[in-house]
Amino acid sequence: MQQFGWKFLISSEWNPTQGDEHYGALLFIVGTLMTSVLALLIAIPLAFSTSLFVAEYFKGTRVASIVSTLVDLLAGIPSIIFGLWGFYILRPFIVSMGLSPQGYGIFTSGLILAIMIIPYATSLSNTTISMVPNELKEAAYSLGATQLEVIWNVILPNARSGITASYILAFGRALGETLAVTMLIGNSNIMPTSIFSTGNTMSSVIANQFGEASGLQLSALIEIGLLLFVITTIINAIGKFIIKKFA
Amino acid sequence: MNQTTILSQKANANDLADSFIGRKIKDRVFLGVVILLSLLTISMVLLIIGTLIFKGHHQINWAFFTQTAPNTFDAMMAKSSGQLIPGGIVNGITGSLYLVFIASLIAIPFGVLIGIYVYENQQSKYAGFLRDTADVLQGVPSIVIGLIAYLWVVVHVTHGYSVLAGSVALAIMMLPLIMRSTEESLKMIPDTLKEAAMALGTPYYKVIWRVLIPTSFSGLMTGILLAISRILGETAPLMLTTLGNPEITWNITKPISAVPLLIWQFYNDPNMVDLIWSSTLFLMGFVLILNMLSKWIAAKRKI
Repeated sequence: MQQFGWKFLISSEWNPTQGDEHYGALLFIVGTLMTSVLALLIAIPLAFSTSLFVAEYFKGTRVASIVSTLVDLLAGIPSIIFGLWGFYILRPFIVSMGLSPQGYGIFTSGLILAIMIIPYATSLSNTTISMVPNELKEAAYSLGATQLEVIWNVILPNARSGITASYILAFGRALGETLAVTMLIGNSNIMPTSIFSTGNTMSSVIANQFGEASGLQLSALIEIGLLLFVITTIINAIGKFIIKKFA
Repeated sequence: MNQTTILSQKANANDLADSFIGRKIKDRVFLGVVILLSLLTISMVLLIIGTLIFKGHHQINWAFFTQTAPNTFDAMMAKSSGQLIPGGIVNGITGSLYLVFIASLIAIPFGVLIGIYVYENQQSKYAGFLRDTADVLQGVPSIVIGLIAYLWVVVHVTHGYSVLAGSVALAIMMLPLIMRSTEESLKMIPDTLKEAAMALGTPYYKVIWRVLIPTSFSGLMTGILLAISRILGETAPLMLTTLGNPEITWNITKPISAVPLLIWQFYNDPNMVDLIWSSTLFLMGFVLILNMLSKWIAAKRKI
């Protein structure tokens, strides 16, 4: 599998034509990172608000339990359904907004990935936020702090590690997502120039080309799989490490 | 204390007194933003589920559950004459169930046994290693697991796309989930229960079999159902391992279809588009019901 050497990582050429084969994974690494980072950036405000909603503002009320159940449901929906929904509902919406002519691309995939990773980002931050001791909050309130100031100065510093870890784990999820991204990213082997251009991610190229791949191309795809495995494992290990260290 | 800090403290005190209304407003605005963004998040969920129900319900009929998927030509004919597309997804349903059944057959015994081992040997290095491995495994993207099952089973065992390969891929995905949930539910059992059995001279295997497993049974069930609901919708690993099959098959070395695979095929075939929504609705309903069932069992146990 390692017959491509280190050049595999930095070459941006991907040409499966017989006799003139070149394989480099840089395109897909960039695509994967762009979609995932974008997804994380979109997901963080949503997930953070939802966590605060459930674990602080409306803690213990019926509304909070409805919201958290619905967000949990989101985690249960299979990835292909997100892909279809993105393709038939989100993509036309993006076209009508005039953001990109076809609606495919990194932005669309990032958006759908963001929705997919929200439940992973919220579940852990919910627990850490609700575990912040009440005495600390009450002390701050008794000094005349508003609720926002309590959140900013008491809850955040106390729950920071848990929240960070949950976002890192959610990022790991986004990196490996396959089908939803495959359906929306446009699958073109070009270096993405902006967030609205099309591209390809590591997982989507495997899903797309595996069926007709053989020989060297198959090895290249498998090496991409290996790369993806290594990257996600490192990200997850960092997240787990943070949880363990501050638990 | 030097001049500047005193001054800045004075300034701070003034600010605080002056901007009390400002702080209140900030507080309210932030609450508003939080509520707004939370509502946005939930509305996404409702929007997705709503779309599926709205678009999928009219294709769901008796044939949908009793006939195999139509070929492109039939679908095209029906579409051009304005009828519902004939056929259903029964080959996908049986395929999915068969795959999940075999995957469970592999993953449940292993998962439960490893879970019990890890629980019984909390401190041992090997248990910690197993726990870390499970964590790693849980984070591996599903398509990578599909690749591994391809390399192991499709290439070397069945020499072609097969049920077995798909089941192995799904079993690898189930294993860490079941293992961790077994361990977690065993942790909830009071130690006294185990000690009482031990004190009566019960052999170790009998303590596990007659005390640990029955008392944690609902916890085990929750874990298993959750794991099944997680893998039912998996498409990526199946694309690399089982390929799909237009007919119902029970042969473990042959390719087989599954509901998510059928959805993928429908998606790639412009004539079958109408079938997508009903299959998706079915899949989502199935997965969510399993999901809620497991949560319901878990909630009931807590009381």
